[in-house]
Amino acid sequence: MSSSVNIGSAQKMRIVVVGNGMVGHHFVDQLIQENAADNDTQLEVVVLSAEPRLAYDRVHLSEYFSGKTADELALTTPEYYQEHNIQFELSAKVVNINKLAKSVTTESGDVFEYDKLVLSTGSYPFVPPIPGNDQPHCLVYRTIEDLEDISASAAVSKVGVVVGGGLLGLEAANALKEAGLQTHVVEFAPQLMAVQVDGGGGRLLRSKIEALGVQVHTQKATQSIEAGDTCRYKMCFADGEVLETDMILFSAGIRPSDALAREFDLEIGERGGIVIDDQCLTSDKDIYAIGECALWNNFIYGLVAPGYTMARAAASHIVGGDLTFQGADMSTKLKLMGVEVGSIGDAHARTEGALCYTYENQPEEVYKKIVVDAEGKKLLGSVLIGDTSDYDTLLQYALNDIELPEKPESLILPAGAGDAPGLGADALPDTATICSCHNVSKGDIIEAVDQGACDVGSVKGCTKAATGCGGCAALLKSVVDSELEKRGVEVKKDICEHFAYSRQELFHLVKVGSIKSFDELVEKHGQGLGCEICKPAVGSIMASVWNDFILKPDHVSLQDTNDTYLGNMQKDGTYSIIPRIPGGEITPEKLIVIGEVGRDYKLYTKITGGQRIDLFGAKVEQLPEIWEKLINAGFETGHAYAKSLRTVKSCVGSTWCRYGVQDSVGQAIDLENRYKGLRAPHKIKFAVSGCTRECAEAQSKDIGVIATENGWNLYVCGNGGMKPRHADLFATDLDDETLVKYIDRVLMFYVRTADRLQRTSVWMENLEGGLEYLKQVVIEDSLGLGEELEAQMQNVVDTYQCEWKTAIENEQSRKRFRRFVNSDKSDLNIVFVEERDQIRPATEEEKKKLQAQSIEDADQLATEVV
Amino acid sequence: MTTQNDWISVCSDDDLVLNSGVCALVNDKEVAIFKMKTGSEDKVFAVSNWDPFGKANVLYRGLVGSVDGAEVIIAPLYKQRYNLTTGQCLDDESVKLTVYPVRVEQDKVLLQSAG
Ligand code: SRM
Ligand SMILES: Cc1cc2nc3c(=O)[nH]c(=O)nc-3n(C[C@H](O)[C@H](O)[C@H](O)COP(=O)(O)OP(=O)(O)OC[C@H]3O[C@@H](n4cnc5c(N)ncnc54)[C@H](O)[C@@H]3O)c2cc1C
Ligand code: SF4
Ligand code: FES
Repeated sequence: MSSSVNIGSAQKMRIVVVGNGMVGHHFVDQLIQENAADNDTQLEVVVLSAEPRLAYDRVHLSEYFSGKTADELALTTPEYYQEHNIQFELSAKVVNINKLAKSVTTESGDVFEYDKLVLSTGSYPFVPPIPGNDQPHCLVYRTIEDLEDISASAAVSKVGVVVGGGLLGLEAANALKEAGLQTHVVEFAPQLMAVQVDGGGGRLLRSKIEALGVQVHTQKATQSIEAGDTCRYKMCFADGEVLETDMILFSAGIRPSDALAREFDLEIGERGGIVIDDQCLTSDKDIYAIGECALWNNFIYGLVAPGYTMARAAASHIVGGDLTFQGADMSTKLKLMGVEVGSIGDAHARTEGALCYTYENQPEEVYKKIVVDAEGKKLLGSVLIGDTSDYDTLLQYALNDIELPEKPESLILPAGAGDAPGLGADALPDTATICSCHNVSKGDIIEAVDQGACDVGSVKGCTKAATGCGGCAALLKSVVDSELEKRGVEVKKDICEHFAYSRQELFHLVKVGSIKSFDELVEKHGQGLGCEICKPAVGSIMASVWNDFILKPDHVSLQDTNDTYLGNMQKDGTYSIIPRIPGGEITPEKLIVIGEVGRDYKLYTKITGGQRIDLFGAKVEQLPEIWEKLINAGFETGHAYAKSLRTVKSCVGSTWCRYGVQDSVGQAIDLENRYKGLRAPHKIKFAVSGCTRECAEAQSKDIGVIATENGWNLYVCGNGGMKPRHADLFATDLDDETLVKYIDRVLMFYVRTADRLQRTSVWMENLEGGLEYLKQVVIEDSLGLGEELEAQMQNVVDTYQCEWKTAIENEQSRKRFRRFVNSDKSDLNIVFVEERDQIRPATEEEKKKLQAQSIEDADQLATEVV
Repeated sequence: MTTQNDWISVCSDDDLVLNSGVCALVNDKEVAIFKMKTGSEDKVFAVSNWDPFGKANVLYRGLVGSVDGAEVIIAPLYKQRYNLTTGQCLDDESVKLTVYPVRVEQDKVLLQSAG
């Protein structure tokens, strides 16, 4: 081959790419694929980057502050470029274009010739011309080097100000806050995020952000930055007010890096930006511009997705393809400091004749607005603050011109108020964009399915949908499922990759096959080693059927971690301890024991919503000792960690209450003692009220019992929680015996037939035949299962053991609670601080502060507060 | 690239729990050690114990299992999955756990730890 170098290079097209940001790199990647795909058009590529490193993920730049390294942010590596024969120069800023000679020159004087030149020079942060803006701690937010400067400055600062309350400004403010600075945002406009959000949304956004401890100052024009009195600097505003700060971060917008085009006579927009056409060609037919430096149809796109589309269009044009750039949607959905914000299309209702619908819920801090056209037929725009769950549906309406429902407001009103018509996959036209990151339409997905992709995974693989931000995953799944169903493919209800069965089928297999361990079940009916879905589900089934000790070696590896350690893991890795207090009745002696344990182990103590007491902050190695104390005083485990009976809440009932007609406390205690320890698909809660006033709120429980003059009324399948459901009245005026019989049957039938993690309420909603069917099965015994269900329940009752008691009596299971197998030390990352006279986990900020002091100091402080 | 490190004995095979994890302190670093029955043989894995999402030292308390045949650990707090052989997080390609070479020899669990 070496002899033909001259001929070879004469045929090659030489492409010089100026700038290796996100878009420039994406362009290079397209060329690499071209080279790999088609050997006729061999392209020779030279990349000139002004930055000292190759492209990195600017979109996720802020994660640098939460610990990501420059390497982790990198989008490529020098090795990858070398491997694909991409020549590149770092720290090589281009300063000259010679259009006649078709060459560019870098700062250091190197000259590179091109056949085609691609400008992907991005943009730079705009720093307002304020006197004093060039001082050492006045910084910007764009590159990794900027972030290094910010970190260094934050380390010697207490107060920080971000100038600019747009999207980036708020992200920068979050970074300063995370760094432990007292943070302010100064905005020239009357509101935050004025581009994407309207006045009403801006107000709510502001109050949410202020609630997080960031101070917001709007309508402030900075006139000068002077030496401060209490801080390093003082910002002086036009209205005469001042703000003291140690550092200033400018985030007042971006400007296209179009200097080269300006100087070397390429057409420029009135307010900057290199003018391009649909092929991304500039006014010179051998020069392209893509990304944030380019101006298309008088518009600059400050987002990465449109830049990628430009990169694909330019690459396509160079190799003779026909992809073009046709503009892009600028809708955004994001989470800023934990606040959900969404903006679609004409958020400000600027279209002529546009009409708005607004829903604001101040107590829940939610603001939603939709903008529709004059006829009320099409969605033009939307603003969502505090809850963006409607974003996907609204975006589909807007992008695809789907006709609005008769009452468009139903799209943003809370469920129940109007019947919000969710937009099913079928309602979308084939042109609907499903994944905006990778520009995948519903049509593309249908094509993939037609070509044989028969699950979400393979559609992802061949279309790349849902592999960017991931925001479209749910929509993708519903499109794929609906397309498969249309083609008569059965959509699998398999519990996971290890078992091709539903929970109900597995239950059956375990029971009928007398299978007593997970290994046996996998061997006979599954494959692999299990996962977080099937293992706990099988553990729960085994417990419902056989009720063995949960920490028996065969079962221990099945339990979710909370079950393994018999406590709920808290955010810092410590545990909570909830002893059972049946019916909520407790003697003063027992209260004192709980008090003593809480005091001796310095645990945070709280009354739960379930009428018992929770002790938080116990370290894993302390659990056996603490439980030993509680058990010796007569307590049992409260199963707060398990999918099993939680509490039976009671009201005080006829013993004391002047209205009570039955002893509700006695009944609650009996029921709690009967069903404690029953493992189920999900947790189960009961309550017993002593009369119709219903002080125990029994109608919101899985099993509710309300006293009548003649006995008890039984209610089933209620739920509080995420989606409340009133329990259904199941039977009236029952005596004690029948009450228990019915509950046995209802619960065991639920345990057998429900899906994993399905509460009784959802189970009932999905039960074919509903309440009437359940009554037939339980009261009329239509399936002839009644006695079997009772016997199975009796078996669970008879084999009950307090797991904690068994655990502490057994050396082998006690060993599990050692923190380290080879040391007696404790987890140093568990740090508490005091609040309202009790401990709580230290926040990341507080931990950083503690670590900043010398290790010795930190140790001392930690032990002081522990 | 890698410097030669000594194998450190951290605990005995007995201390491990089959199909589950324990934690060892090695050169002041928390290491999560898992023993899994795969087919007829037992395999041992060691990775850093720090949960990069939960920001707590808890990984050894997660469930173990498999994804497409590869052994994984599932973080107990927020359920991210990690390949135990490579440390790669399967739910976020930018996150990776440190993997420590580990083996069992004559009932001793031996581990190689850098630094
Ligand atoms: C401690 C407690 C809050 C408190 O301080 O009061 C609590 C704490 C938790 N609840 Fe709860 N819930 C507590 C009463 C409730 C109640 C009120 C009640 O029981 O009367 C409800 C609504 C009633 C209901 O369940 O229908 C409740 C509805 C939930 C839900 C939503 C369930 C649903 O079906 O929608 C979850 C999430 C889940 O289970 O998936 C949840 C989950 C949780 C978890 C397990 C979340 C977690 O994974 O960490 C919390 C465990 C903390 C811990 O370590 O103990 N908790 N939770 C309450 C313990 C009661 C007890 O004594 O056992
Ligand atoms: C903190 C932050 C968060 C963001 N978040 C999001 C987000 O959530 N979603 C989103 O879509 N977008 C986001 N963006 C915007 C996104 O990063 C940009 O749209 C994208 O990086 C534009 O890519 P680009 O290649 O056009 O420009 P850039 O990435 O800026 O790259 C241009 C490169 O060209 C170099 N260069 C300039 N002039 C020359 C020259 N003369 N010679 C050689 N090299 C030169 C520059 O040094 C730079 O490396 C964010 C940006 C920032 C800073
Ligand atoms: S409501 Fe949420 S935060 Fe409060 S205890 Fe229940 S699960 Fe935890
Ligand atoms: S929209 Fe981001 S991955 Fe699909």
